[in-house]
Amino acid sequence: MKIPFNFPHNPGFFNSLPLGEVRRGFFLLLFILFSISSFSQKQRFPKPEFATGHVQPSTITPEPRALALEYFDVAVLLVVLSLASWLVLKKRSRQSVLWLSVFTLIYFGFYRNGCICSIGSIQNVALSFASPTYTISLTALLFFILPLGFTLFFGRTFCAGACPLGAIQDVVIIKPISLPKWLNKTLGLIPYIYLALAVLFAATGTDFIICRYDPFVGIFRMDAKFHMVVLGVAFLLMGMFVARPYCRFLCPYGVLLSWMSHFSKWHLTITPSKCIQCKLCTNSCPFDAIDYPTNEKDVIKSGLGPKRFLTYALIIPLWIAVGVFVGERSHTFLSKANPDVFLAELMISNPEIKNDLENIDVQTFLTSGKTLETLVKEAEVIRGKFYIGSMIAGGFLGLVIGMTLLNTVVFRKRQDYEPNKGNCLSCTRCVDYCPVEK
Amino acid sequence: MENKKTQNRRKFIQNGIRASLLLSLGTISVAALRKVTTDDYVWQIDPFVCTQCGRCATDCVMKPSAVKCVHAFALCGYCDLCGGYLKPDANQRTTAAENQLCPTAAIERRFIEEPYFEYHIKEDLCIGCGKCVKGCTSFGNGSMHLQIIHSICVNCNECSIARVCPSNAIKRVKASEAYLVKGDFSKKPEA
Repeated sequence: MKIPFNFPHNPGFFNSLPLGEVRRGFFLLLFILFSISSFSQKQRFPKPEFATGHVQPSTITPEPRALALEYFDVAVLLVVLSLASWLVLKKRSRQSVLWLSVFTLIYFGFYRNGCICSIGSIQNVALSFASPTYTISLTALLFFILPLGFTLFFGRTFCAGACPLGAIQDVVIIKPISLPKWLNKTLGLIPYIYLALAVLFAATGTDFIICRYDPFVGIFRMDAKFHMVVLGVAFLLMGMFVARPYCRFLCPYGVLLSWMSHFSKWHLTITPSKCIQCKLCTNSCPFDAIDYPTNEKDVIKSGLGPKRFLTYALIIPLWIAVGVFVGERSHTFLSKANPDVFLAELMISNPEIKNDLENIDVQTFLTSGKTLETLVKEAEVIRGKFYIGSMIAGGFLGLVIGMTLLNTVVFRKRQDYEPNKGNCLSCTRCVDYCPVEK
Repeated sequence: MENKKTQNRRKFIQNGIRASLLLSLGTISVAALRKVTTDDYVWQIDPFVCTQCGRCATDCVMKPSAVKCVHAFALCGYCDLCGGYLKPDANQRTTAAENQLCPTAAIERRFIEEPYFEYHIKEDLCIGCGKCVKGCTSFGNGSMHLQIIHSICVNCNECSIARVCPSNAIKRVKASEAYLVKGDFSKKPEA
């Protein structure tokens, strides 16, 4: 069907005229519109008046998830955290903790699609402190604070039962192998780097890397980009043998949790009363988080002593200085992750890019009417934030490395087999191995 | 006796550190609470900033995208030769399928009365590519525009389209006012 060209109600409609006149008419129309629109809002095509009394429908806008449901999630988290703490510390039952983590996996994982999560909330908190315009929502703040508060009193029961990322890894542990101590310590530094970068990128308003590279969210959603699915599956396959690799060697929230857990008031104990040194629990922990009793003679033989402690303590400032230096050196590189900085840099280093019609970012910028100077000025402000932030992050990492080294030469007297309060995920596996009755 | 003393000292230090950690947690919460909002945030496209680059169709974590075209009927001119419905040079074209601008045929054209036609978006077919929006904004009143449909959007902590949006048109808005649907004006009203 050819569209009929008669517009009885709209004689000025330019499309019905021959081509030459159409153009003239169009420009005339544009000119009129332009002059009118300066003092009133007039449409290019006037609003129709229907003779048949047709009523215009209204635009359908489905509501987002109800706010009450978001608070319900917080309530669920609170209940799960309390239950997990009670099951770990009082009931001391692996079976119950496992079922609780299955519930968490279903609710926070598959039902809530792994989002909202405490791990990602670090970035919201960081951004709310750094940005004057961003206000954090109360639910995100509660998801950040509640697990930390619980951990400060009960140990990492959040990891045991309330974290969907932990739960999905926990259920695939088949044959965990024990990693050598040096490897555990070295890989254990990665979460600090991840945390420092995540806070840096969030605070500069660049990116939320924790959420973007969450390996399991694609599995929870049953849909993700191919490389993220590969990453998620790879973590689960690895997790069959190296138990909970994400929790131990990547999770940035785990860093904060281990600080809290280190000084927790009540923490899971392997034995309900007194350790009888039966060594039955030694192989029970898939996370290498059980500290063995120390042998004083070995320590003396190894040459660990106050001298080495002093040396390591004295070089901590050196580590910090190195960290600050590395941070200062790398801030230019890191700031390129910011889209504004990247665009400004691209426009300066490659002026010909203006003619590249395929580059949407450049073309949109050119049509936006913003000058290059404004863009460069904005990029410089962001780079300034990166300059400060990278140095702080570098210094923090230097301190962490220094303290980790210092920790290796600290001798702690231990008579029993005990969970390492920082690394223990309170999964209660070891409890089942202890033959001691209450 | 000596042992007990060290035990006490260790306990004292541990209690002290715990108290200071609790204090810092409290400080963080209070500092954050000072500018907290009890409302939730969702992502939405400002239709007056959007440049219809087409990334909404490709970069959303949902497949197809949670971004759909919505139609502000109050703004629509009900044109016969709709710039959003037909490919450019509309008056040379028929309403045949190959002349439709929408790649998924998600726009339904309904005859109302001479010479008015009403255009409806079939949400389940729309992929949010914004081709019709571009056509409507260039040739018409701009009544078609892209919005994030919140019954589909999973509200990621950071919207993956917002990250790549060349015009920074996607912003966090309060969940209680989750849409920025155009009214009966084609230019942004002066606030």
